[in-house]
Amino acid sequence: MTERTSNLELDAPRDKTFLDANELIINMGPQHPATHGVLRVILKLDGEKVLGTECVIGYLHRGVEKIAEHRTYTMFNPYVDRMDYVAAVSNGLGYCEAVEKLLNVEAPPRANYIRVILTELNRIASHQLWLGTHALDIGAITPLFYTFRDREEILKIFEKYCGARLTTHAFRIGGCQYETYEGFEADVKKFVAFVTPKIDEYEELLTTNRIWVERTRNVGLITGKQAIALGVTGPVLRASGVKWDLRKAQPYAAYPDFDFEIPIGQNGDTFDRYIVRMQEMRQSLRIISQAVERIPEGPIMAKVPKVLKPPVGEIYHSIEAPKGELGYFIVSDGSTQPYRVRVRPPSFVNLQALDMMVRGSLVADVIAVIGTLDIVLGEVDR
Amino acid sequence: MPEDTKSPSPPPPGNEPKPGAEKQSGAAQSTSSADKPAPAAVPPKPAAPAKPTGPVPVPWDSPMVAKLRQQYGSGIREANTYLRQNYLVVDSSLLPELLQLLRDEEQFDYCVDITALHYPQREKQFDVIWILYSFARNERIRVKTQIADGAPAPSAVSIWPTADWLEREVYDMFGIIFEGHPNLKRILLPDGWKGYPLRKDYGIIQQDQEWVQINLGIESGQ
Repeated sequence: MTERTSNLELDAPRDKTFLDANELIINMGPQHPATHGVLRVILKLDGEKVLGTECVIGYLHRGVEKIAEHRTYTMFNPYVDRMDYVAAVSNGLGYCEAVEKLLNVEAPPRANYIRVILTELNRIASHQLWLGTHALDIGAITPLFYTFRDREEILKIFEKYCGARLTTHAFRIGGCQYETYEGFEADVKKFVAFVTPKIDEYEELLTTNRIWVERTRNVGLITGKQAIALGVTGPVLRASGVKWDLRKAQPYAAYPDFDFEIPIGQNGDTFDRYIVRMQEMRQSLRIISQAVERIPEGPIMAKVPKVLKPPVGEIYHSIEAPKGELGYFIVSDGSTQPYRVRVRPPSFVNLQALDMMVRGSLVADVIAVIGTLDIVLGEVDR
Repeated sequence: MPEDTKSPSPPPPGNEPKPGAEKQSGAAQSTSSADKPAPAAVPPKPAAPAKPTGPVPVPWDSPMVAKLRQQYGSGIREANTYLRQNYLVVDSSLLPELLQLLRDEEQFDYCVDITALHYPQREKQFDVIWILYSFARNERIRVKTQIADGAPAPSAVSIWPTADWLEREVYDMFGIIFEGHPNLKRILLPDGWKGYPLRKDYGIIQQDQEWVQINLGIESGQ
């Protein structure tokens, strides 16, 4: 391999004494269980203390944006599922809505309700996966088994709905391809009743657990101001006290119809981000219960032509994905294939904050911070 | 879809996306979309899209635009609204001053994304686009400028630290140099890679054969 050059910049030149022989550059990843994929972090250490980091990414780069230019709008739809593969439904929702706007069509209300239910189920699944793996990184093994056991119920609903568990391709441009199956509402209600006490169970394991609290309190601090400057969004931003959620700020799909809160934290540490995500799961359940009660009758597809040729123009549309603001910037030249599709990936932008968040902390905290940022490398690298 | 970017001023009367009104303003406004040298500039009639003529950009009037026009004159080439999204097309010489002003005085404190577009037939081949959001105003805008191949774009890292990786990705994919970037190097592709994949003249299965042969020890990645 050609060496990737690292240029770690330290805040200030340090006094050079023989003790500085302790300064060490080590390599973490890309094959490392706690990096949640193939993330390579070059760490500059003084003993256990982190002086600086540099992320080396791109190991999973598949050229998604280039592929988009050589596929029709419809053909590109399944590709977006492969970016954030633990929240594929969200990716699909963002893409379909962006193209719909470009086409000037609107999904019918029933489709929007189905979209909200599935997207919120996926948010819970994504947060459960995050919780399990994050807790495992920090040393708590039990939550992994609990969350994977319960996440399975969501994946079963997806499988019954569209035949796929992870890369679901659940939505189509203009609505949904599939009508809900017989007993969908009952399954969703059953799931809500099933998982509500389970979230309390996860919290019982961790929230007051002394080891958990000491490993997460005041670790990976980021203030609201810093988060905004770094473009950080999603639960990480909200845990720093910024009450901003695209579902409220610029509502899309059927979100204006539902009552829900935006949970926020104060300290912007790993513990607050944990609490925010736990509360978000509860809020998602609230949205799902309301949606499934009120799901309207009607068509599930808007009238869209078989061959999609959006008029010349461009659109930026973003949604609140489980990881933050997921945006699509699509430029149409009037042909069947997009001229350009740019994906604004929340994981990529959030990962940029890693360096700031771990400087001065311990190596073990790097693991905690990578976990708390909740990145998916498929989306970072695209 | 109420994802409208809320303008501080009431939208101009002709702003509602009503098909009838748009057909009328379509003739008057058709020049404003002339900067897009798309191969099929005229909406293809035989394919029968959902609407024969789609929405067209309409002028975007707001106190901010008026202020900017007063300050920069013809440097603000276009200020339009398309599909209820506002964008500015500006002269590249105004940057980065204009970006700094948008953050400091107009409260666009969050740089959502930086990206580029490649139009190989055009003299100035690249569009560089900044997508900005203001938390205080709950408003999103795009700032767009044209630059020639090889000409530098100004770096916004000192304005929004988040621009660091975003600009590196644009450099990686398009080969656009951001002047003033502290660490401009490839981010997704390996350092030694030749070529800029998101340029239109870069083929979909094209790759840097030499890099692949040296570093992966295989004849070809295909």
